[in-house]
Amino acid sequence: MSAKTADKIATGIIIAITALIALALIGLLGYILYRGLGHISWHFLTSPPEAIRKGGGIGPQLFNSLFLLVLTMIITVPLGIGAGIYMSEYAKAGKITSAIRLVVEVLSSFPSIIVGLFGLLVIVNKFNLGFSLLSGALALTIFNLPLMVRITEQGLRSVPVQQKEASLALGISKWKTIRSVQLPIALPVVLSGSILAAGRIFGEAAALLFTAGMSSPRLDFSDWNPLHSASPLNPMRPAETLAVHIWKVNSEGLAPDATQIAAGASAVLIITVLLFNLGARALGRYMHNKFTASK
Amino acid sequence: MKKSLIVTMALTLSLSLAACGNNTNNGANNGNAAATNNATTNNTASADLSGSILASGSTALQPLVDQVSKEFMDKNSGVSIQVQGGGSGTGLTQVSEGQAQIGNSDVFAEEKLDSAKAAELVDHQVAVVAMAAVTNKDVGVDNLTKQQLVDIFTGKVTNWKEVGGKDEKIQIVNRPSSSGTRATFEKFALGTKTEDLEGSIQEDASGTVKKLVSETPGAIGYLALSYLDDSVTAVKYEGVDANVDNVANGTYPVWAYEHMYTKGEPDAATKAFLDYMVSEEIQNGDVVEMGYIPASKMEVKRDALGNVTK
Amino acid sequence: MKKSNDREVATPHLAEEWVGKVYTFICILFLIITIFSMVYFVASKGLSTFIVNGVNVKDLLTGLKWKPDSDTPMFGALPFIFGSFSTSILAAIIAAPLGFCAAVFMVELSPKLGRTFMQPVIELLAGIPSVVYGFVGLSVIVPLFRDLFPGQGVGIAAGSLVLAFMILPTITTIATDALASLPAGLKEGSYALGATRWQTIYRIVLPTTLPAQMTGIVLGIARAFGEALAVQMVIGNAPHIPHSLFESTSTLTSAITLSMGNTAMGSVQNNALWSLALILMLMTFVFVFIIRWLEGRKKL
Repeated sequence: MSAKTADKIATGIIIAITALIALALIGLLGYILYRGLGHISWHFLTSPPEAIRKGGGIGPQLFNSLFLLVLTMIITVPLGIGAGIYMSEYAKAGKITSAIRLVVEVLSSFPSIIVGLFGLLVIVNKFNLGFSLLSGALALTIFNLPLMVRITEQGLRSVPVQQKEASLALGISKWKTIRSVQLPIALPVVLSGSILAAGRIFGEAAALLFTAGMSSPRLDFSDWNPLHSASPLNPMRPAETLAVHIWKVNSEGLAPDATQIAAGASAVLIITVLLFNLGARALGRYMHNKFTASK
Repeated sequence: MKKSLIVTMALTLSLSLAACGNNTNNGANNGNAAATNNATTNNTASADLSGSILASGSTALQPLVDQVSKEFMDKNSGVSIQVQGGGSGTGLTQVSEGQAQIGNSDVFAEEKLDSAKAAELVDHQVAVVAMAAVTNKDVGVDNLTKQQLVDIFTGKVTNWKEVGGKDEKIQIVNRPSSSGTRATFEKFALGTKTEDLEGSIQEDASGTVKKLVSETPGAIGYLALSYLDDSVTAVKYEGVDANVDNVANGTYPVWAYEHMYTKGEPDAATKAFLDYMVSEEIQNGDVVEMGYIPASKMEVKRDALGNVTK
Repeated sequence: MKKSNDREVATPHLAEEWVGKVYTFICILFLIITIFSMVYFVASKGLSTFIVNGVNVKDLLTGLKWKPDSDTPMFGALPFIFGSFSTSILAAIIAAPLGFCAAVFMVELSPKLGRTFMQPVIELLAGIPSVVYGFVGLSVIVPLFRDLFPGQGVGIAAGSLVLAFMILPTITTIATDALASLPAGLKEGSYALGATRWQTIYRIVLPTTLPAQMTGIVLGIARAFGEALAVQMVIGNAPHIPHSLFESTSTLTSAITLSMGNTAMGSVQNNALWSLALILMLMTFVFVFIIRWLEGRKKL
């Protein structure tokens, strides 16, 4: 076989396999959306789930997912960026720094079920936070922190060294340089990375099964006082999220329309993750254009 | 040197958190218990109950408790009840350690906790759940004797034609060996514990079991009555149909109590909720509607050791 | 005069510096405390099976029978260890060539189409939650395998296929980065010598980027090793080593999720599950060490 034919065949195979992957994804998405889109309605999106009757919705679960996401990001982003800045700017090369790097890498590969079990053991039981949004947010923070650290480090690395040195040469202190010069330039990378991380958090279930719980109490949407137990903003209440609900409905569903509810909820979940992805890309592109003044 | 000092301090801190956590847990629990007791003892006179109840544990019992809790909260707006799943084991652990006020369990506490811890718990039997063996619709068998079931689940019989069905390999869809549902089935339908056979499928959740049995040719599993529908065939046991009346009069033996355990005697709000659970209205309403059997309807009783008395 | 001026100018800067140092150090400290606590708690619970309940370590690691609830309890975890390894490695074997092709497509064959089309595809695959993968696996893959292959459709084959899709984005992303960071001179030299694109890829690009791609593959294996919910739905969960790719079996993660809720904390059955979690955690460490070793080789 001549080299040219080999090249053509190989190219053909590569294209075919790539197309296969793309088709698999489209098939996957199509299957979920086809089964679920028909069931989505305003009623579905806002009403509470029914245990054994038809017509249950995913209202509280959707809210829980979003609120948990916000809560988690509030905790994770400052911690992650702080740790990332430390690793990138302040850490001196040496045994302890490599040990810390090892720690971060291990944490990022931990199976999410172990994070969930650890959350059950420590956050829910020992710290007595019970099954709550806060427990779930802390578990997700543990899960997500290494990713934030990596994103921050990546972002800071993308800042041209000359900018940093110019700022330091002007006599601006290191911390102010980081805050006012490096972070803003790193912002597009950090931001789009965070949004992608948010997408991952949104779909996480294993870590939440034992921490945020598998039920949601009655929510009074007119009561926005975070201290009241029926208020949706109370972080100490159990909060079944969308992903956990899909798991529960498909495993234990007693309602006659359980399959449709699970399909509809999956479709909503996928669409939200899609929106997160598209949003991250669009935002990244927009900020890149603004900061580098390119068209 | 300074850095390693700080890292050592961090290690010490995390280890001491381990020790501290336990103490603060007990302290907080005592504080909570005292507060609820004070609040509710003042309120027993009036109809205004208040308190916060966490009921966690069995996923088989969860739908019932969930539904009844909503109705209870409608009637008593000062009480807030949260119902969690997590499994009978989790429920018993949580009520024993004081994190939940009620532990929902499919089995007697003595079967999962050690006797000292189980002795601290007070049992409230709120319903009876019965289960039936189910097969895939193509199998063609509608009755199985105890011996036939034992032979199937121990692997002695591997083809449906040996028990009067189609010529098809038997596919067992079992529960994990830790499951309370399986313990009930093995104790009262089979009379013996069975091994996990090679090639058998195990799933813990009833919905998944139902799906697998309905879709896998030659499958056999077992489900609570509330899960039965026309996607699977319910099999008679020793000629007795699996329905509410046969369970109540004792001719269908494959049933178990649903327990709601409290640690010691329950406080006023919890007691009121438990009383509501066994009230006529709920027992003949929601319990029946959701496919359970009212404890009051049972003409036979059974104790923790399995002895049946009329 | 001059001296006090200097000091007045310097103090706010010093304070600012301190703020920065303390804040970032606290963040890192939190990270360190977290992981040490995790290791400590999982280890203490997992080891109590041996220390408190008297189970033999060798029995756990090499025993073939897992019967914690029988009248003669046995705790052999070998079927789970075997199941975890076989599904993860098989998943990597499936996903690696796929990922490599996708990466080659995106970097070599058609960068524009790659960036605008394949990149979102890969990101989306990564974003699909594991519960959804599990249910699609149960609804689509298991019935399909049941019709096409002997057995009931569950087992290592189904588990590996689902896992392969889940780790494909990881492998592809790392492979793409590896290919993209190859010095252009290397490829151009090859073309200048008259090699076709495929010859360049398989004689120059592939061998040179192999260490980096191995990193991606090992990372993918680590991910697959730790996946719980999706696997549990398609693997069958019988605690036995299977005789074929289509026989029901278990992994460490599926065994844990299946039984954790049914066991009470402190009981030997519960402790045994924590021992499985300990094995999982130790394997994570092993995987990270392997990755670091591979990265060290790459630098050479």
